[in-house]
Amino acid sequence: MYVAVKGGEAAIDNAHALLAEARRGDPAVPDLTVAQIREQMTLAVDRVMAEGSLYDPDLAALALKQARGDAVEAIFLVRAFRTTLPRLAHSLPVETGEMRAKRRISATFKDIPGGQILGPTFDYTHRLLDFALLDGETPPAAASAAAGPEAMPRVVDILGREGLIEADRPAPEGAEAGDLTRAPLEFPAGRDVRLQNLARGDEGFVLGLAYSSQRGFGSTHPFAGEIRVGTVEVEIVPEELGFPIVVGRVELTECQMISQFKGSKTQPPQFTRGYGLTFGHNERKAMAMAIVDRSLRADEFDEERRYPAQDEEFVLGHTDNVEASGFLQHLKLPHYVDFQGELVNIRALRRATQSARKQETAE
Amino acid sequence: MNLVATAAVLDDDPPLLSVRGLGKSYGGALGCRAVSFDLWPGEVLGIVGESGSGKSTLLNCLSGQVAADAGEILYRDRMGATADFLTLPEPKRRALLRGEWGLVHQNPRDGLRLRVSAGANIGERLMAQGARHYGDIRAEATGWLSRVEIDTARTDDLPIRFSGGMQQRLQIARTLVTGPRLVFMDEPTGGLDVSVQARLLDLIRGLVDELGAACVIVTHDLAVARLLAHRLMVMKGGEVVEAGLTDQVLDDPHHPYTQLLVSSVLQV
Amino acid sequence: MNAPDTGYNFAYLDEQTKRMIRRAILKAVAVPGYQVPFAGREMPLPYGWGTGGIQVTAAVIGADDTLKVIDQGADDTTNAVSIRRFFQRTAGVATTTETEKATLIQTRHRIPEARLGEHQILVYQVPIPEPLRWMEARESETRKMHALAEYGVMHVRLYEDIAHMGRIVKSYDYPVRVNGRYIMAPSPIPKFDNPKMDRMPALQLFGAGREKRIYAVPPYTRVESLDFEDHPFEIQTWSEGCALCGATDSYLDEVVTDDRGGRMMVCSDTDHCDKRRAAGHSGPMAAPYGETPR
Repeated sequence: MYVAVKGGEAAIDNAHALLAEARRGDPAVPDLTVAQIREQMTLAVDRVMAEGSLYDPDLAALALKQARGDAVEAIFLVRAFRTTLPRLAHSLPVETGEMRAKRRISATFKDIPGGQILGPTFDYTHRLLDFALLDGETPPAAASAAAGPEAMPRVVDILGREGLIEADRPAPEGAEAGDLTRAPLEFPAGRDVRLQNLARGDEGFVLGLAYSSQRGFGSTHPFAGEIRVGTVEVEIVPEELGFPIVVGRVELTECQMISQFKGSKTQPPQFTRGYGLTFGHNERKAMAMAIVDRSLRADEFDEERRYPAQDEEFVLGHTDNVEASGFLQHLKLPHYVDFQGELVNIRALRRATQSARKQETAE
Repeated sequence: MNLVATAAVLDDDPPLLSVRGLGKSYGGALGCRAVSFDLWPGEVLGIVGESGSGKSTLLNCLSGQVAADAGEILYRDRMGATADFLTLPEPKRRALLRGEWGLVHQNPRDGLRLRVSAGANIGERLMAQGARHYGDIRAEATGWLSRVEIDTARTDDLPIRFSGGMQQRLQIARTLVTGPRLVFMDEPTGGLDVSVQARLLDLIRGLVDELGAACVIVTHDLAVARLLAHRLMVMKGGEVVEAGLTDQVLDDPHHPYTQLLVSSVLQV
Repeated sequence: MNAPDTGYNFAYLDEQTKRMIRRAILKAVAVPGYQVPFAGREMPLPYGWGTGGIQVTAAVIGADDTLKVIDQGADDTTNAVSIRRFFQRTAGVATTTETEKATLIQTRHRIPEARLGEHQILVYQVPIPEPLRWMEARESETRKMHALAEYGVMHVRLYEDIAHMGRIVKSYDYPVRVNGRYIMAPSPIPKFDNPKMDRMPALQLFGAGREKRIYAVPPYTRVESLDFEDHPFEIQTWSEGCALCGATDSYLDEVVTDDRGGRMMVCSDTDHCDKRRAAGHSGPMAAPYGETPR
């Protein structure tokens, strides 16, 4: 006698209880607070905000805690929350030229107006495990940067004055920036949608694509024209006021990549741009995004499109880690109905081959 | 078999294809310019010139692979209606390309589905036109394989395992199976051994004759042109510098460039 | 932030989003089999686990609906339980496992064996909505192929099956032509279920969350499975019946009973099997009805 496998309900409840227990870990160790994550796991928080496309350090920290530190799972939680929020207003474009920068570097000029500011960076640390952190850390006071009110013009604008780099193309009159969260992705996608897709895209995937292009699979010969990290004001124009008001500040990382372009019969040679922008402090992502942005502009410069990083459908279709992770892991769901179809098939095919073979030997 | 009767070339017959002032440039670089010609049913037109002369650009414009930026391509369809291919809506353009027109690429890999069987490659155009009887489609496919001298035992093999010459013959069968009225061929024997070339040329000549299809063949090889083409156009720097009956052009070239081309062949 | 169970709208999605999805559904019903792009939202369940179906269900469900959710034909598979709970929690609607009593059925991979009626809506979860994806990877190209009804390549694939294996081996997600026009992916239901789609009295809605497409088959619409004249479409058959209820006309799942090659076939549709056993039918391995905890 056979009793069918049952008990889905109870199994799920038990699994959730086990998950909660695993998340908490050893109860003898103090519970991690969301404030601790927000203050001490800042780069993880920044990544969750960037790819979750919601600027809220507290919620990102909560998501990280709930997701047991898994970034993609935390991004998913934030996205599923964000999608239910009402759209109250569109901000004006943020003015990154007026950023209050805590870090700003250029690889193309030794000195630039406003200066190079190293800021908090791993770049020049020796990657040696610091065992002192085992016992807790009281950092030495950092020399506070005398970041005066000196203006920090964008490096690309300095090149732009000489016409050495392509001008940013103004948006057509009355054009509204696309929004992937309100309209499905269509091909060919405009650059606005491409940039939004890349900004929300998985850091590892975008990094890999950028790296592939650097290694010769669609080289863009990039220079890091400028990377700046800091806070900017967010302004909206409420309908009833008719003029912009500041609703807050957000921290951003911006990267302007400078690429070569040979020119053509009608266009003199010029540098071209790739652009990257993310929430929070995330240089790796912003730089990778800028390189992939430039790669995807191949058609604009009559460049041959041969490699994955130049292929808009390939890139934009696969950046989203919430989509990718979900679809990949759905293979864990039962497929026994489909598999049964294949079993019926393969048995029939094998029977057909065997009887054919039998017939052959009989003849 | 859906054969098109060979139309006699009569003076009062309207041409099948009338090209007027066709031009294409690539971001300032010239592809071809002010090309005009007529093509009658059953006629084979050769376009010759060195690489860079614009002959491939011209063929790509004619066959809809590249958008021309000037001129018109007037085509008279099976129903007798004439329309400009360049301004036809895309559905009609694509319908022409998979029905009344055929295109043989220089590299057979561009014209074949390498990962489906030879039989399916030939059957695809039939299925696209609504053929729904597997046995009939297969019979047609094996029939065409024999015609292009491919062993029918290879019907279910993937073309990726075929030699270059076999791939090219398969591509020709795949293109001709629906009896197109107009066929474009881009260096159909390019990249093949000389011995293979000769056989393939014979085959193409026989099939084109038999089907009565009009044909535009681009080649840099004057021997190919002499064997296949009724008429020739000689291109240089994107323009047609000389045109006429094949024997006339090759035996009594007028333009200095044509003379140079012909003499260089003789030297070989 | 609101508490998880009270901070969200009825059936989770906000009303604006629901209206957007309903507009897409209306368009899909108006053009049977055509994939309507829609601005799919992130859902609190992962992509590939039914987000498209859930969004469609959330957009059409009302407070007086009775919901049934199945996965692989069964109501108690974990994913079905999870989705049913999601709507219990966010919409508070009545749920059922009985096909006849449901007004809305969300399914993954099966169509119930019982014939559905005009009062019912069947919502399919769709992982890959594009039937041409087999032969053409590019969305820009497949949309053109649909627009121009350039469907020759579909038969190329079927031709290949016959040429190499003597029969069409596609056994699930078997492509269909809807209302004589659009080629459509029926989602990974076994081809056994394809004939049930044809002229079904219930409205059939398909949601693909990750790919952001909705499509539909309106009631009583023609749905034909692609085939050749000399290789007509066929469905799966088994030499034995269900070991529990004895049914010989239902889709059977294979259950491995030991590691010595023992196995049995049972109905994939658990409600169908239950109903039959309650009506006194029984198969060779059934315990008397009522004694097994189902």
